[in-house]
Amino acid sequence: MTFNAAALLLLIAGLALIGWLAGRARSSLLAGRAGAKLHSRPQYHGWYVALWLFAPAAIFLAVWSSVSPALITNQVLTSEAAESLPAFGFERGAILSDARSVAQGEQADVRLPAAAPLVKPYADASHKYAWIGIAAMLALALAGGLYAFTRIHPDFRARSRVEKIVMAVLLLASLVAILTTFGIVLSLLFESIRFFRLVSPAELLFGTTWAPTSGAPQPDTFGGIPLFWGTVLIGAIIAMIVAIPIGMMTAVYLTQYAAPAVRKWVKPLLEILAGVPTVVYGYFAALTVAPALREFAVMIGIPNASTESALAAGIVMGVMIIPFVSSMADDSINAVPQAMRDGSLALGATPNETIRQVLIPAALPGVMGGILLAVSRAIGETMIVVMAAGLSANMTANPFASVTTVTAQIVKLLTGDQEFDSAKTLAAFALGLVLFIVTLLLNIVALRIVKKYREAYE
Amino acid sequence: MTQEDLTITDPKMKAHGVNVFYGEKQAIKDVSIDVGTDLVTAFIGPSGCGKSTFLRSLNRMNDTVASARVTGQIELDGEDIYAPSMDVVQLRARVGMVFQKPNPFPKSIYDNVGYGPRIHGLAPSKADLDVIVERALVRAGLWDEVKDRLGESGTALSGGQQQRLCIARAIAVDPEVILMDEPCSALDPIATAKIEELIHELRGKYAIVIVTHNMQQAARVSQRTAFFHLGTLVEYGKTTDIFTNPRQERTKDYITGRYG
Repeated sequence: MTFNAAALLLLIAGLALIGWLAGRARSSLLAGRAGAKLHSRPQYHGWYVALWLFAPAAIFLAVWSSVSPALITNQVLTSEAAESLPAFGFERGAILSDARSVAQGEQADVRLPAAAPLVKPYADASHKYAWIGIAAMLALALAGGLYAFTRIHPDFRARSRVEKIVMAVLLLASLVAILTTFGIVLSLLFESIRFFRLVSPAELLFGTTWAPTSGAPQPDTFGGIPLFWGTVLIGAIIAMIVAIPIGMMTAVYLTQYAAPAVRKWVKPLLEILAGVPTVVYGYFAALTVAPALREFAVMIGIPNASTESALAAGIVMGVMIIPFVSSMADDSINAVPQAMRDGSLALGATPNETIRQVLIPAALPGVMGGILLAVSRAIGETMIVVMAAGLSANMTANPFASVTTVTAQIVKLLTGDQEFDSAKTLAAFALGLVLFIVTLLLNIVALRIVKKYREAYE
Repeated sequence: MTQEDLTITDPKMKAHGVNVFYGEKQAIKDVSIDVGTDLVTAFIGPSGCGKSTFLRSLNRMNDTVASARVTGQIELDGEDIYAPSMDVVQLRARVGMVFQKPNPFPKSIYDNVGYGPRIHGLAPSKADLDVIVERALVRAGLWDEVKDRLGESGTALSGGQQQRLCIARAIAVDPEVILMDEPCSALDPIATAKIEELIHELRGKYAIVIVTHNMQQAARVSQRTAFFHLGTLVEYGKTTDIFTNPRQERTKDYITGRYG
């Protein structure tokens, strides 16, 4: 007998179904007998019973699944066979996990001879705690179900109870994403603090040499400026030079000139473009755009042109961002009231003059917000720069040269064999934190601009 | 209705047998009307009677509605404005429009007024533009209120000031006709009085056509009144006649408040 959480969940779901039917039947019966009008319709009584039956048992199941392995291991360690185990380290862990696998039937026989005497204590302990868990869970389910069942009464406000529970579930669901983000920030923060104990924040933010080495941190090797510059050059300069004009022109065409039939086709196509995995863009940048640009650079005589260039990564990233910019600009231009357009046309302005002199200036705050969001996406983008921009931390304004970005360096620092507590590995978290803060600020500013601008017209 | 009481010898605009369709739906049915050069013409009628639609066909603003279609003849100084040779940009420079809700551009007061002259190349130099902007604002009765803050945004003005700014903006391109589509419906009574005063002053300089819900307003500002109902022109005549001695039963019912 082992503790199979999925099967048990199904079991209590089945019990909940029975509870639902019973609750519904009882409420109808009571109402019929008393000749009274039910406050809530029978199915709400059913739901009330089912939820009381299911929720406490399910919560217990979740808690028990996470604590019972520790309880089992504790019991095994108190057995006689465990006295011969090595005190600490890998070997001890390996023997225990080997014994557990056999006890739970995941493998036929022990791989380590030392594990063999532990199989029986493990099986016994599992057995015991599984029974305890199942019994407790069923008791909870029945207690909850009975409690709810006895409360059924024609006047009982089952509907409002059920609606409150539903609201609580929805609230929990919306908290999941927020709490997760919070957790991510905390984990980044703790690792970053460990890094900043070894290297000062000033060096990371203002140092100009990036050459991290394993082992104890050398002075002047964790300067982030070359990475920040590369990130800005690719994500905020080259990509935007590509994405802003093309995105804007797309939006103007789609909102002002395109026939409804064209718009109906082009908009979804652009949205598909936004859904292409970035690794595909990365291939395109590395295999097609970068070599072509290098040939072009050599042809026009630019020195040290590299096959990995800021330009290739930036251009492809710009293309990736186009749908983003165009859809934000599209929304902003559409939000400019028709009255504004009519006012301009009624003065004898051509559609072109109206767009350039009235619509775009009026839409500009919204478009700016969209562009800032696009920048924050571009500087956080990883695959394209890893594949096309290179990894050498150059401080150069030559777009044909190879540069590196914050995200590309994070990938480099975290791949391969690394000690988890060296400054080199921890630097990845500090860089991630910097990136997170910058994109967070960009998003806040952008959303404020967009919101303020929306209010102005509504 | 007969023509003899319409002592319009020199019409600025002539409409003959005009129909306007939105898709399948006919919004205007066989409307013929002459707009006098030195007169203020009011279009009155209940909501949805087509008076605004007809107004918008006088400077082809209905072109911006994809499903709209206009048939019949509308002439400006004897020239068919729906003829292929008519340049709609030129037409709208000659037939200006003021809308129901003030719609200043989100630009400075100066740039709002200067917008039209700039796009039509009416002001070769900055000094010329200054003169045009000042003259338009003076005519619109707004100059004294804004002369010290021409650089401020036009959207920061009050509703009534915004509407006069829109009138100044229309005047600045020196049109021959000004169409006003319920210009006071979004304004308070004091701002409305100012606009009505302004219409009096502008009479004679421009042919003015005003659509209004407010019959007192039509009686106050216009010399000719056209009553529209269900897309047809019921009666057209001197304003005094329409309000004191309507020929049609439907006109009488409307102006005495029986429906509308």
